[in-house]
Amino acid sequence: MPDYDVHEFDVIVIGAGGAGLRAAIEAQAQGAKTAIICKSLLGKAHTVMAEGGVAAALGTVYSEDNWEVHFRDTMRGGKMLNNWRMAQIHAQEAPERVLELEEWGALFDRTGDGRILQRDFGGHRYARLAHVGDRTGLEMIRILQQKAVARNIDVFMECTIVRLLKDNDRIAGAFGYWRESGRFVEFKAPAVILATGGVGKAYKVTSNSWEYTGDGHSLGLWAGADLIDMEFVQFHPTGMVWPPSVMGILVTEGVRGDGGILRNAENERFMFRYIPEMFKADTAETEDEADQWYTDRKSARRPPDLLPRDEVARAIVAEIKAGRGTPHGGIYLDIASRRDSDYIMRRLPGMYHQFKQLADVDITKEPMEIGPTCHYIMGGVKVDPETAAATVPGLFAAGEVAGGMHGANRLGGNSLSDLLVFGRRAGLHAAEYAGAVGTRPEAGPDQTAEVIKQSLTPFERADGENPYSLQKELQDTMQSLVGIIRTEADLEKALTKLGELKERAARATAEGNRMYNPGWHLALDLKSMLAASEATALAALERKESRGGHTREDFPKTDDRFAKVNVVVSQKNGETYVDQAPLDPLPSDLRALVEAK
Amino acid sequence: MSRQEAKPAEGDGRLNVTMRVWRGDATGGDFTDHEVEADAGEVVLDVLHRIQATEAPDLAVRWNCKAGRCGSCSAEVNGNPRLTCMTRMSILPTEEPITVAPMRTFPIIKDLVTDVSFNYEMAKRVPEFKPKPKPPEGYRMAQQDIERVQEFRKCIECFLCQNVCHVIRDHEENKPNFAGPRHFIRYAELEMHPLDTGDRRNLLQDKMGLGLCNITKCCSDVCPEDIHITDNAIIPLKERVVDRRYDPLAWLVNKIKGRRSPRAE
Repeated sequence: MPDYDVHEFDVIVIGAGGAGLRAAIEAQAQGAKTAIICKSLLGKAHTVMAEGGVAAALGTVYSEDNWEVHFRDTMRGGKMLNNWRMAQIHAQEAPERVLELEEWGALFDRTGDGRILQRDFGGHRYARLAHVGDRTGLEMIRILQQKAVARNIDVFMECTIVRLLKDNDRIAGAFGYWRESGRFVEFKAPAVILATGGVGKAYKVTSNSWEYTGDGHSLGLWAGADLIDMEFVQFHPTGMVWPPSVMGILVTEGVRGDGGILRNAENERFMFRYIPEMFKADTAETEDEADQWYTDRKSARRPPDLLPRDEVARAIVAEIKAGRGTPHGGIYLDIASRRDSDYIMRRLPGMYHQFKQLADVDITKEPMEIGPTCHYIMGGVKVDPETAAATVPGLFAAGEVAGGMHGANRLGGNSLSDLLVFGRRAGLHAAEYAGAVGTRPEAGPDQTAEVIKQSLTPFERADGENPYSLQKELQDTMQSLVGIIRTEADLEKALTKLGELKERAARATAEGNRMYNPGWHLALDLKSMLAASEATALAALERKESRGGHTREDFPKTDDRFAKVNVVVSQKNGETYVDQAPLDPLPSDLRALVEAK
Repeated sequence: MSRQEAKPAEGDGRLNVTMRVWRGDATGGDFTDHEVEADAGEVVLDVLHRIQATEAPDLAVRWNCKAGRCGSCSAEVNGNPRLTCMTRMSILPTEEPITVAPMRTFPIIKDLVTDVSFNYEMAKRVPEFKPKPKPPEGYRMAQQDIERVQEFRKCIECFLCQNVCHVIRDHEENKPNFAGPRHFIRYAELEMHPLDTGDRRNLLQDKMGLGLCNITKCCSDVCPEDIHITDNAIIPLKERVVDRRYDPLAWLVNKIKGRRSPRAE
């Protein structure tokens, strides 16, 4: 008998953000015995921090909107590198998923005639984001959490998974530890859904919480799954920059959607100088036209402040580099001079509160200082667009940890809808898979014994490496060498440094005992952060062009040769491989939609 | 182990502070002093993280977003229940040690981390949202009819209101029969939801201890989201319970007719 807890389920879901919760609700509804395992307490996952809204072509504000336009915007925002079928399913199913939340009790802000109000966001042609002020993610996670609790789904909180278990090629479960006691636990299950989010905590300036350590990316990689598009990291254009302790905290795109504009230190609305060819036809050329757009979509085009996030982030970096930054090294985001304070307080109460409390800035009276912050990774586990199945039998992935949906750059609001649409699909198909599995897979005791041994090594040495110092070095490396602007020399340097950090991380030390020990937890998290970071650096080196969330100073233009491929990172017998795989070609009827003016 | 050199970034002004942090577990513990450098622009959680990185790598602190949105990092700072991620160093007197203690109402796990499972158990006992049937054209609700519920939905489940509620703070024996302020607003949000058809008032009065609250408003005072828990949730719930008990027919009529309908297009 093993000296740790063993639980058996049909489907286990790792992660309790929007994707994980929606997946679990669906798997359970299909009759699968389902469990959710999460690193934090229930209801604290990263979805809670999503602010601006969930994108879905409900057409309540602009009846011209429909899935075809949403699909077009998503593909163009992703620089055509998206898995087109995922983008299509997403655009088609998002409205149902949002309306379903309403049936479960969600209360989105309303239009005058009592329907769901939609807000403007970057890259979306029409006002498309259903929202609740600037706390949309909180509303969504609470509704999903309450649904999961009402459905009696088993939830294992503060439990970290460190390895997926396998029976030959198939998934056989997952192995981890309780944060509270430090004791180990095995979950036997034929189907595992990764819903672990991203890896932003590998960067120094980030909007992500401590949980974002690339767990699902690395668990998948180690279990033999392919990762795609890992070079595409989204830097949100607007994070706080001052004081230093709050650097990186997110400032919602809703500020710009609701009328806020970007200015440099010379008071210039510089975004007019940064409109790329692809978006020229859709973007206002003058300040008057841009201002007119907020009330008149027929004769005015959208402001350049609302270009997709990659474009705006790069423009901000260029302005700061040219010496036109603010005293604290950012750019001004101004809504105070453009909207009255009642409106700001009603639409952006969270932003008001955040700036007032953390920075002594009254956003109804003065501009905010902002700069880019690491926010999201487009890349992730390669999945089947219909079923969310990874390349390993029994493994599924949904939400940020899955790759393909967003291509080279994600549009704001498309993540909350992504996690509902593909969370549900992952739950549905994982339950189906588990029901048809026949003999249940068994991992055997050797795998778990090895994980236990490796996990406890930090306690075996008194004089090893400080995990906190290693994380800081990792963050400095990723920020300066694999950040918004990249070069071959920097990426090579980063890979050398990451290799060195991996060796040092193997000698990380934990003090004290196994009870709720953050130093030990970090020593274990470092392995996944490093694995995911290395995948990003390798993929970034492979893609010798600039596109979306991947900018190479040495290859500043897009290159047609790279327009048709995903970069794939995989591991076999401990060796890491980087390949290029052709994209599934876009059918001509969908191509016509994307090219439509 | 090699110690990290961790100095705060230059911000709003350098401070030298003594952080007096409670360390221990269910069997007991005590305050430990840490002399650390800090910056006036930092928050208490930043300084706790510096202590972890430099002096006490196993110091247990629960946190997630560090932006006041997830409600994980609740503690008692100089005796005041607060989110440590939203408590700026500049508002604290630094001549004397700054004490940081775990929430008192919940059992200690380790250091600043408490066992808040009581709140999750009470959440399981809340009867689910029961919407009225969806009309073919979809639900319509007026903004002014949902705003009072939206106020309660701002709750980030930091459990500071549960922590200060004297019904349970010093009376462990009340816990099994007392939902507490966090869940009273949950009941209120269901009760006031324009689409809900459930009735949870007998449950509230008989099993959830609504009557035990004597509206001292301690919960409202500590709410980091400024939710008017007592005035807007608990008192109206108490009134509804009384209404129902005296006049079930009037309640039924109100429930059916009492909602404003959104204006037609």
